[in-house]
Amino acid sequence: MKITLKNLFSFLAVFTLVFAIGTEAMAAKAGKTLKNTKKKGFVKCGVSQGVPGFSNADASGNWTGIDVDVCRAVAAAVLGDAGKVKFTPLSAKERFTALKSKEIDVLSRNTTWTLSRDGGIGLTFNGVNFYDGQGFMVTKASGITSVNGLNGVSACVNIGTTTELNMRDFFNSKGFKYEPVVFEKADEVVAAYDSGRCDTYTTDKSGLAAQRTKLSDPSAHVVLPETISKEPLGPVTREGDENWSDIVRWSLNVMIEAEELGITSSNADAMKTSENPAIKRLVGAEGETGAALALDQEWSLRIIKQVGNYGESYERNVGPDTPVGLTRGPNAQWINGGILYANPTR
Amino acid sequence: MIFKNQILRINDFIAERPKLQFYLPQALTAFFIIFIIGYFSFNAGSNMDEQGLTTGFGFLGSEAQFDIQFHLIDYHGGMTYGRAYLVGLLNTILVAVLGIIFATILGIFFGITRLSKNWLVSKIAEWYVEIWRNVPLLLQLFFWYFAVLRALPPPKESAHLFDFFILNIKGLYIPEFVWTNFNALFYSIIGSLAFVIMFFIWAKKVQESTGKQYPRLYVSLGVLLAIPTLSILAGGVQLEFIRPELKQISETVYNYEGGSRAIPELIALVFALGLYTSTFIAECVRAGIQGVGKGQKEAAASIGLTPNQTLRLVVMPQALRIIIPPTTNQYLNLTKNSSLAAAIAYPDLVLVFAGTALMQTGRAIEIVSITMLSYLTLSISISLLMNWYNKKMALKEK
Repeated sequence: MKITLKNLFSFLAVFTLVFAIGTEAMAAKAGKTLKNTKKKGFVKCGVSQGVPGFSNADASGNWTGIDVDVCRAVAAAVLGDAGKVKFTPLSAKERFTALKSKEIDVLSRNTTWTLSRDGGIGLTFNGVNFYDGQGFMVTKASGITSVNGLNGVSACVNIGTTTELNMRDFFNSKGFKYEPVVFEKADEVVAAYDSGRCDTYTTDKSGLAAQRTKLSDPSAHVVLPETISKEPLGPVTREGDENWSDIVRWSLNVMIEAEELGITSSNADAMKTSENPAIKRLVGAEGETGAALALDQEWSLRIIKQVGNYGESYERNVGPDTPVGLTRGPNAQWINGGILYANPTR
Repeated sequence: MIFKNQILRINDFIAERPKLQFYLPQALTAFFIIFIIGYFSFNAGSNMDEQGLTTGFGFLGSEAQFDIQFHLIDYHGGMTYGRAYLVGLLNTILVAVLGIIFATILGIFFGITRLSKNWLVSKIAEWYVEIWRNVPLLLQLFFWYFAVLRALPPPKESAHLFDFFILNIKGLYIPEFVWTNFNALFYSIIGSLAFVIMFFIWAKKVQESTGKQYPRLYVSLGVLLAIPTLSILAGGVQLEFIRPELKQISETVYNYEGGSRAIPELIALVFALGLYTSTFIAECVRAGIQGVGKGQKEAAASIGLTPNQTLRLVVMPQALRIIIPPTTNQYLNLTKNSSLAAAIAYPDLVLVFAGTALMQTGRAIEIVSITMLSYLTLSISISLLMNWYNKKMALKEK
């Protein structure tokens, strides 16, 4: 071909195009939700109407809890500031509708990961931030010491939860008679149980521990030892926006892996000079994990510095020193006997 | 300039064709409505396709997997969502009927007493209306359920009313009625009712032709009481009460078994709805009675009718024409307000179907449309019934 200016320009155009596509292959395209969130300037997070330790607002309106921390991690990763979150308290009845209708973008509301929710309603579950199980709470005065003594009781539950279904399975399997008293809001359930309308209150054991702090005399109630179901709780997003779901999933994963590798909010900066390549990747000193999520390279470092690792979040919200007072149990790291296993962030 | 000519020409065109004037706006409106409905349906459909959701009413045949604590028909968790819908619907109808009866009785009573000549009595009625009318219904519901609930005793220390009802925090227990030889009693009641109706018709004819009045009330009461009692004494009809028994479940948990039970949620709902709506009905009744001209009362007094007879024969028939339409409104309000049951765990249509079933299946659009249609049907039935009654009461111009 003759070397004319026109030819040169077309050659340059093709070269640039190929070069751009080639390097873009490693990076992901930002999804609609990510773009909208950046435009709005805050993450829209759906939480509960007040479960101490998981998502609870104090008197001045500040939200705390391990579910709240997941949303804050997403905000730190996407917007650079863990405080840029708008919390919407939702009842069990409206939580999925709010998510599907885009009123919220992340549902972090101790929601159990089940098949019918994952497949049938158009939702995506993004990991587990708390492995839980369903239990029963009774008054100490009732003298019931095990779930085998629960024949013929009236049970207060929350509407539209796996609790309602599990409770039925449990009582039917034992051949017990029971009476479900179904409320919409957790506060109403607690009030009815406290007044004596129901003999027992059933929900996830973490919820029982949390709501017990709201009773008029917490020490007069006891959580029965047996666990009658598995309840893996985790953050939920809409189906259809894979990029956003990936961001939520890997933000949670970063928190768990940071604890496994020993990175805390205080030593995260110092860890940039670590010998361990996995640590260096997690604090953004190496690798291009951000590009694969359409984020910048400091995304994981911000999560660890502003929210902390999983252990820090657990200890300050539901740990043994808090009023909720739960031990790690199955929620310990896999190297410490629990089942929390972070996927490698690389 | 050119446009003005065109517009004038179109104006003349339309003015010459009255049929076009009639049909064109209606056709345009119909087209507009169809367009709007079509657009929203298409929008919803394409949104749901985008999210990978299916539509359809097939879920009504799947297993419900949740139990309901209060059901008028047989129900357990292995039955379908369709059955759960029926249970919820029947519960709603039950609350609506009980609430309407309660509200009407209270409303008429307080409406009339407000017009009493006794100052204290009318003031009390006025305060009753003002207090219960101006507090939001949801708060009243919470008051009756939570505040009153805490005051009820636990099963072991239940209150026994009239040695018949048992009242505790788990509900109001009524003994089970066990009849032997019920048929005799049943037919005797039917027979005496038939006799009373025929007697009324005959007595009215006699009164219209000869003016002679028979004591209809006393005769009918007498017959209705005497004949069934006779059948009980002589016909071998027996009634036994099976009282609920206290069973111990654990050290401090007791339950009553047997008999029928009205759960405290139902009682709280009927009280709250009934009281709230009765205030509005009381005002309707008062408006109706005051709407009858003063001349009517004076004329009735001048021909020698007692105040009681005046109210019954002259004022109320005319007042009813004014009372019935707003009262129909209140009945419809009550039926729709019963959906607040969701706040206190009464398993009505909203809690069972548009609550639990919606949560478990995720089919928001289908379930909400079915629920709306159900309430619409209920309300239209009530208003049709009341309109028929209204027409019957209307003065026929001769």
